[in-house]
Amino acid sequence: MKTLVKLRLPVLAMSAVAVALMTACGGSSSNHQNTIASSASNVQAITVNSGPAGNYANGAFISVTVCVPSTSNCQSIDGVLVDTGSYGLRLLSSSGGGALTVALPNQTGTNGNTIGECAPFVSGLTWGPVATADIAISGEKASAIPVQVIDGTFATLPGQCADFGVPEQETLTGQNGLEANGILGVGPLVQDCGSQCTVTGSSNPGLYYDCAGSTCTVTTQALAQQVQNPVASFATDNNGVIVELPSASNPTASLSGSLVFGIGTQSNNSLNGASVFPINSDIEFSTTFNGQVYPAFVDSGSNAYFFLDSGTTSLPECSDDTSFYCPASNTGFSATPSATGGASETVKFTIGNADSQFSIASAFVFPTLGGPNPGAFDWGLPFFFGRNVFTAINGKSTPGGQGPYWAF
Amino acid sequence: MVLWSLSCWASLGGDIASVQADATGMQASVKTTQTPAYTLHEMQSATGTTVREFVSSSGTVFAVAWKGASPPNLKQLLGSQFEQYQQAMKSSSGRAGRGPVTIQLPNLVVQLAGHMGNYSGRAYIPDKVPAGTSLESIR
Repeated sequence: MKTLVKLRLPVLAMSAVAVALMTACGGSSSNHQNTIASSASNVQAITVNSGPAGNYANGAFISVTVCVPSTSNCQSIDGVLVDTGSYGLRLLSSSGGGALTVALPNQTGTNGNTIGECAPFVSGLTWGPVATADIAISGEKASAIPVQVIDGTFATLPGQCADFGVPEQETLTGQNGLEANGILGVGPLVQDCGSQCTVTGSSNPGLYYDCAGSTCTVTTQALAQQVQNPVASFATDNNGVIVELPSASNPTASLSGSLVFGIGTQSNNSLNGASVFPINSDIEFSTTFNGQVYPAFVDSGSNAYFFLDSGTTSLPECSDDTSFYCPASNTGFSATPSATGGASETVKFTIGNADSQFSIASAFVFPTLGGPNPGAFDWGLPFFFGRNVFTAINGKSTPGGQGPYWAF
Repeated sequence: MVLWSLSCWASLGGDIASVQADATGMQASVKTTQTPAYTLHEMQSATGTTVREFVSSSGTVFAVAWKGASPPNLKQLLGSQFEQYQQAMKSSSGRAGRGPVTIQLPNLVVQLAGHMGNYSGRAYIPDKVPAGTSLESIR
């Protein structure tokens, strides 16, 4: 978990910063329609707020219901992060302070041992058993889907997993806390590993483990048994999602939006003229900035515009957290996402001072938050503010062509 | 002995021999490119992740960079720098969020980025980067 120390500015300085932000122009703007779908069987409410631990910056949270498969033994869990940059549902167990209490059955291998997973994210990894759940979100259901229960007490973290070198995230709060009750990965792929995890030998990246008691060793995991995007298993509206969030000009406490299931499957989820950007085999497209072409992706689970570096952008990194930019004043940028065989569209956005934004204690929505990402663009959550962002799933048909693609 | 064998595997900050140790560890073949300021050794790990190691004319690995579908063995790539990187990774507190990470220490910069299915990053020792080398080229 990347975290940032709050800057404790004197009261006078804080008011000056607040005035500066109020008068500045906002985050980014879309050339296309930004509508927020109202309640329907394929719509789940999103709230961008402080999250279940009260401290999250730019987190989009929803509520998910999980059940022991084919039973009415269910639990509704809120504070689950909507992440278009990963695949599958991961829930923080109560042992780590998470909300999950319903006892989902663990997945077992042919030898009867529990299957564990080490899921690497950029800023941390999740470790715990693979379980099976029926998942219900709005009126949509996915039956007997592999999910991950994040539980540090489950078994000893394997060395191969530790060697990824990112911290284990297994508690709600505290150092490396997840600060969410779970992560709902609704990105453009189905499985969280794919064919690499189905083979033995050194080409297996070591995400799935056969756990005999507390001792876990790498195992192969068939595609159907891998933790996976539940949307792909819905009976209807299963070809992708739309994240719909309103625009925000200034730091604020919360935003309300919708997660809409399906693309062009209902009257409330048509592409509506959005430009389609096919995704390549690296799960990326391109973005051009100042005449240079960089690899790029769109990710609601990244909490800022993460792009390039100080040398290229002239934005200084914050002295107290070099993962964010801290320019002296709001700075406007223009960059052009494009995809081979797809659209090209110029995006204007503004980067403000992260320390100044975080100093507003009541704010958890930061439309101008930015940070470095050398040689690449990660269009994170602020990009979604005021813009309907479509994520079409690999291999699924939509009116905009076959997934995977992003459209906005 | 344990320390010695660790440094033997160390890449970043290590010498040219550690590049070969990495290649062996990854069961990879190495493609070498010579530039005026440094030699670039590019190898592909068994899991398909591309690893680039930048070696100065004095024979020091001053930077490593990676990109691929699965994350690399960072402990092996950072070698003796791994401990201080891990400490820095755990030391911050305050506003929470997810995304790329930049760790900047006086003698070490580590940057992690990407998303599930595509992980990238780089690490370098600022005062070992040869003069005239653009940081943009370390990737």
